[in-house]
Amino acid sequence: MPGKLKVKIVAGRHLPVMDRASDLTDAFVEVKFGNTTFKTDVYPKSLNPQWNSEWFKFEVDDEDLQDEPLQITVLDHDTYSANDAIGKVYIDIDPLLYSEAATVISGWFPIYDTIHGIRGEINVVVKVDLFNDLNRFRQSSCGVKFFCTTSIPKCYRAVIIHGFVEELVVNEDPEYQWIDRIRTPRASNEARQRLISLMSGELQRKIGLKVLEMRGNAVVGYLQCFDLEGESGLVVRAIGTACTLDKLSSPAAFLPACNSPSKEMKEIPFNEDPNPNTHSSGPSTPLKNQTYSFSPSKSYSRQSSSSDTDLSLTPKTGMGSGSAGKEGGPFKALLRQQTQSALEQREFPFFTLTAFPPGFLVHVGGVVSARSVKLLDRIHNPAFVGIMSNTRSYKLLDWNSFNSDEPETRDAWWAEIRQEIKSHAKALGCHAVVGYSESTSICEEVCILSASGTAAVLNPRFLQDGTVEGCLEQRLEENLPAGCGFCHIPYDELNMPFPAHLTYCYNCRKQKVPDVLFTTIDLPTDATVIGKGCLIQARLCRLKKKAQAEANATAISNLLPFMEYEVHTQLMNKLKLKGMNALFGLRIQITVGENMLMGLASATGVYLAALPTPGGIQIAGKTPNDGSYEQHISHMQKKINDTIAKNKELYEINPPEISEEIIGSPIPEPRQRSRLLRSQSESSDEVTELDLSHGKKDAFVLEIDDTDAMEDVHSLLTDVPPPSGFYSCNTEIMPGINNWTSEIQMFTSVRVIRLSSLNLTNQALNKNFNDLCENLLKSLYFKLRSMIPCCLCHVNFTVSLPEDELIQVTVTAVAITFDKNQALQTTKAHVEKSLQRASTDNEELLQFPLELCSDSLPSHPFPPAKEHLESASSNSGIPAAQRATSVDYSSFADRCSSWIELIKLKAQTIRRGSIKTTVTVEKTSPMGEGNFRNRSAAPCANSTVGVVKMTPLSFIPGAKITKYLGIINMFFIRETTSLREEGGVSGFLHAFIAEVFAMVRAHVAALGGNAVVSYIMKQCVFMENPNKNQAQCLINVSGDAVVFARESELEVVSTQQPAANCQPACTGGEVTT
Amino acid sequence: MTSELDIFVGNTTLIDEDVYRLWLDGYSVGDAVALRVRSGILEQTGATAAVLQSDTMDHYRTFHMLERLLHAPPKLLHQLIYQIPPSRQALLIERYYAFDEAFVREVLGKKLSKGTKKDLDDISTKTGITLKSCRRQFDNFKRVFKVVEEMRGSLVDNIQQHFLLSDRLARDYAAIVFFANNRFETGKKKLQYLSFGDFAFCAELMIQNWTLGAVDSQVDDMDMDLDKEFLQDLKELKVLVADKDLLDLHKSLVCTALRGKLGVFSEMEANFKNLSRGLVNVATKLTHNKDVRDLFVDLVEKFVEPCRSDHWPLSDVRLFLNQYSASVHSLDGFR
Repeated sequence: MPGKLKVKIVAGRHLPVMDRASDLTDAFVEVKFGNTTFKTDVYPKSLNPQWNSEWFKFEVDDEDLQDEPLQITVLDHDTYSANDAIGKVYIDIDPLLYSEAATVISGWFPIYDTIHGIRGEINVVVKVDLFNDLNRFRQSSCGVKFFCTTSIPKCYRAVIIHGFVEELVVNEDPEYQWIDRIRTPRASNEARQRLISLMSGELQRKIGLKVLEMRGNAVVGYLQCFDLEGESGLVVRAIGTACTLDKLSSPAAFLPACNSPSKEMKEIPFNEDPNPNTHSSGPSTPLKNQTYSFSPSKSYSRQSSSSDTDLSLTPKTGMGSGSAGKEGGPFKALLRQQTQSALEQREFPFFTLTAFPPGFLVHVGGVVSARSVKLLDRIHNPAFVGIMSNTRSYKLLDWNSFNSDEPETRDAWWAEIRQEIKSHAKALGCHAVVGYSESTSICEEVCILSASGTAAVLNPRFLQDGTVEGCLEQRLEENLPAGCGFCHIPYDELNMPFPAHLTYCYNCRKQKVPDVLFTTIDLPTDATVIGKGCLIQARLCRLKKKAQAEANATAISNLLPFMEYEVHTQLMNKLKLKGMNALFGLRIQITVGENMLMGLASATGVYLAALPTPGGIQIAGKTPNDGSYEQHISHMQKKINDTIAKNKELYEINPPEISEEIIGSPIPEPRQRSRLLRSQSESSDEVTELDLSHGKKDAFVLEIDDTDAMEDVHSLLTDVPPPSGFYSCNTEIMPGINNWTSEIQMFTSVRVIRLSSLNLTNQALNKNFNDLCENLLKSLYFKLRSMIPCCLCHVNFTVSLPEDELIQVTVTAVAITFDKNQALQTTKAHVEKSLQRASTDNEELLQFPLELCSDSLPSHPFPPAKEHLESASSNSGIPAAQRATSVDYSSFADRCSSWIELIKLKAQTIRRGSIKTTVTVEKTSPMGEGNFRNRSAAPCANSTVGVVKMTPLSFIPGAKITKYLGIINMFFIRETTSLREEGGVSGFLHAFIAEVFAMVRAHVAALGGNAVVSYIMKQCVFMENPNKNQAQCLINVSGDAVVFARESELEVVSTQQPAANCQPACTGGEVTT
Repeated sequence: MTSELDIFVGNTTLIDEDVYRLWLDGYSVGDAVALRVRSGILEQTGATAAVLQSDTMDHYRTFHMLERLLHAPPKLLHQLIYQIPPSRQALLIERYYAFDEAFVREVLGKKLSKGTKKDLDDISTKTGITLKSCRRQFDNFKRVFKVVEEMRGSLVDNIQQHFLLSDRLARDYAAIVFFANNRFETGKKKLQYLSFGDFAFCAELMIQNWTLGAVDSQVDDMDMDLDKEFLQDLKELKVLVADKDLLDLHKSLVCTALRGKLGVFSEMEANFKNLSRGLVNVATKLTHNKDVRDLFVDLVEKFVEPCRSDHWPLSDVRLFLNQYSASVHSLDGFR
């Protein structure tokens, strides 16, 4: 009996009129936890009842405390008929279960009804007394902290990052139970809400147990999703990264929050291994690693088997020896081996984090992704079978397999995909995957499972507990990161897993870098970026025949590779058009509908100083004899060149000019050109034969061989840049902007369009979809124009296909204002400096031949294409930087510190200008008066509702997060049978989303918080039936409730501290001279 | 490609002042879009008409949802659904309860009933204010009236407390409520030259001096109804014109005091008896409801018009009236 839950019902307000005769309500409250229910007295004839109840006490297991939500129902007492429900409040008491978070939940909660929406508010106080329980066989995991934030939370320090945790729970969907035919929609919705709440609790508890097993104390980057599989049930699944976190005690350790992830950690030297071991030669491109398989039949693996053989989980000791001879010597091999073994002890070396403590990320290989098409063709539920056995007797076959089997199937599906990802990462010479995420798309009985991440090499220091650090640190400090370390290829250039065009790093001149880099993570804080970034999207539709079951799954499996390929091509083209060379935060979503597939990829393009300048795009015509055609082509070419030039100006991309000799002409070898591949299946192996040898180096050739391609070129040019003063990105912060001001506006925008069935061709579809997204963005820019200059950050698009001819796009993002006058563009100077330094460097050459044959992939079913092949055996003229460290460090230190110092400077100027008041933020009262104080402008003093900020980012500009109060994970259903009366679909959904925001804010305020960070709307499933005047919507949101304090309100002393505090971080590099 | 659904929901509810004004003025979405296009917003922002349409729709929907709360402004402050900065809340309320001078002149003093509401069509045609806007304004008057009708305490304070209006607007509403309650006739042609401000000024003085609240602050309806006793007492003034001696004495007192100070002295002297008789008659009739309603008509007919026909300057009118009432105090029986 290790917990006592205490609940007090204080009062209600704004209740709806339940008795038409008196225009009043006789309200009372039922408080339910588990199977115990308490009731308050009836408070007669009032819309603002004051119950002031006693403390209702529930004595419960901590297991139940974790699983069950507290359920509060407000009812209207009726003497003669059944009591009418006014609405309910579900309160997740999880935040009360760990000591550092909230101690009490107290405040006004909106009373929610799934049919009527919010109907008044109720004031509730909840407390938990936990008793210590030393039972080691316990099933609960109280005390494990959960964070949605995909970086180490601001007021914590990561001691160890343990790794991947996952779990899933399966249940029957109440909506599809037989009883649903006789119960009211309200009862059905409530059953569903309650079930998902229960399942989430259980899932979280189980994950917590796994974390405890790993000796961790927290889960970071926790992402929970539910799959509505219809008849076949409801899956709630979650992934996260287990960590051991230490709370930073003094607020002094906080850095200016706008400067993203935890810099409070000591800078850790990078491991610079240019030639990692060569254990895998799986032919995979950074993006092109997928498996298309569908069950129940054999998996349709597109992957050559070479990488599959690598799946053994035993540590590969001695693997480093293959490359050990080069430079790092035995020491490097040792390091690698350690990292490897640390990681390989785990089943899946995955990390859901997207931003890391400095030094954690050593190299980045590229994006790895896997998809699999599955059929949801079974219903497993004993209850269901039991009741319906006469009508659905065939289900009895599954009887035995239910309990153990059903979750297993889903587990097995995911395990398969994760193995795939793991092997792809290995093929890239990486032992870990960061920025990892999973998603599904379901249509009828077909389900596409997707997983993606970024293959990476990590620093073992964070993965193990303090082993062999001493010697490692000493040795490693010689090799310093220069803000480019993560760009250096982790794979062996002798045996590249995919064709890439390698050059020496433009920053340090020592290591090889690819010509473009795609990743799913945020831009590392130490990365050197030139200019600003921008949101890049690839959008694609594919028609598909309607089909059933396996035929459908096969059709989808066959389409997927082409979709991926085209999405990739579009991304690459748009990236080049922007004059940029790297993508961060890449997220590719493939959505399946009845008669089409949609692909939407979003990423933030940047120009990384370390990577080579991207070449232009060149257009080649197929029929060169036609004069007018030629003219047309050259006209197009001019347009493209103009666009590139314009974009460079727009995003302030002006990399320092570097003469060829300095770089050592990047491998002037027979250049292979790829062409834009049309998706007709027969074209899939044409790609490698093309060699047009146009004079212009690095040019990316688009061949216009049919009208289709013309359209593509046109569509490339139709993407309109945001109006001036606006920037957008889908990462946490905009590369190149770091002078944020404190105004933020989080929003969700939803659009649904109906396609006219007449023009359903791929092109028309593409155009419609493209217009939909572009118009949506334009609308956002217009709506938020009062915030200029501002940046839309963390722009998150979600596409779904609710019906045959409907496309739904949901966007959640945050607009943040920034100070135009204080633009910080100083990195450039430093880059130039460093480049000059590098040019004076030594001439020592690499003495091994580079060989990579272009024909290594004939068996590849579809060509990895694009940046095809820069094999190059010319190592002459490449200044290999071996002992350049002595020169190099200083420029790095310069750059690094200048960047940080500028931010510090900015932070301090803000502080100086403001009134220095000390506010203890802990004192947030139930009513949120504490929060009230944080509000910047409050001229109207009689308002009692505290402001709660919401943001998808992990920080709040201009403020410091002082406390994490716990995870918010809420699921709501709203249904209406009077759609027209509620303002049609738009009115209905608008009101519902506003209500969801309100409920999230109320819960945060009740926990004593004043903001939600890492907020995400994970699901927004909207269904309508206008003929019946009905609509239903399900929304799932999550985030971290926090307390923040404005920087100006913190003590002067504490704010000056961080300046001193990051000194080690900045100067860390200089030690090495 | 048709848009089925198109919404934007911010954590902080976006309020566009210009669109709000258009909405309050009762324009349809189509008209509002046309007006916005004419304002040149497309050129300023580079937006397209479709974007403007979507934006306008969105704002209209938001306002429509907020309207329910605006009917009881304290609810807007305490509700949790829309997070709106206090300054914006104040703006929303103030603008929602603002009214058009032209409109208020039409309904001032009329019974705020269904009957009047039916006439809004005509008022709309006459004033050029959209019917929708007329309805909103009318409903606002009625709502405020209903809420404060039977309340204790100061009328202005009650309105301010229940509708969170600015002081200025609350005073105007007090005047509207006061006029509606006493049904003063303001629509006669003779009264057309008077502005709402003129009436509001009168209302304020009457509330201060003529109502129950003026003598006792703890009565229901204190600021709404005229003090019956006071009106009864006014009958006593009859003696001022009925008693010939008193009338002469009064006249001589006033004339002595004003001699040389009034530009229109001779006219005043000649007209004194008429003016005094007019004023006193208006006052003594106020015990009848019918005559209360005609107060302003009578005042204009019996006093204002004679003065005007003699071209009295305003300052002279003021001087005369002050002296007129001051002199009474030195008469026998008024001391």
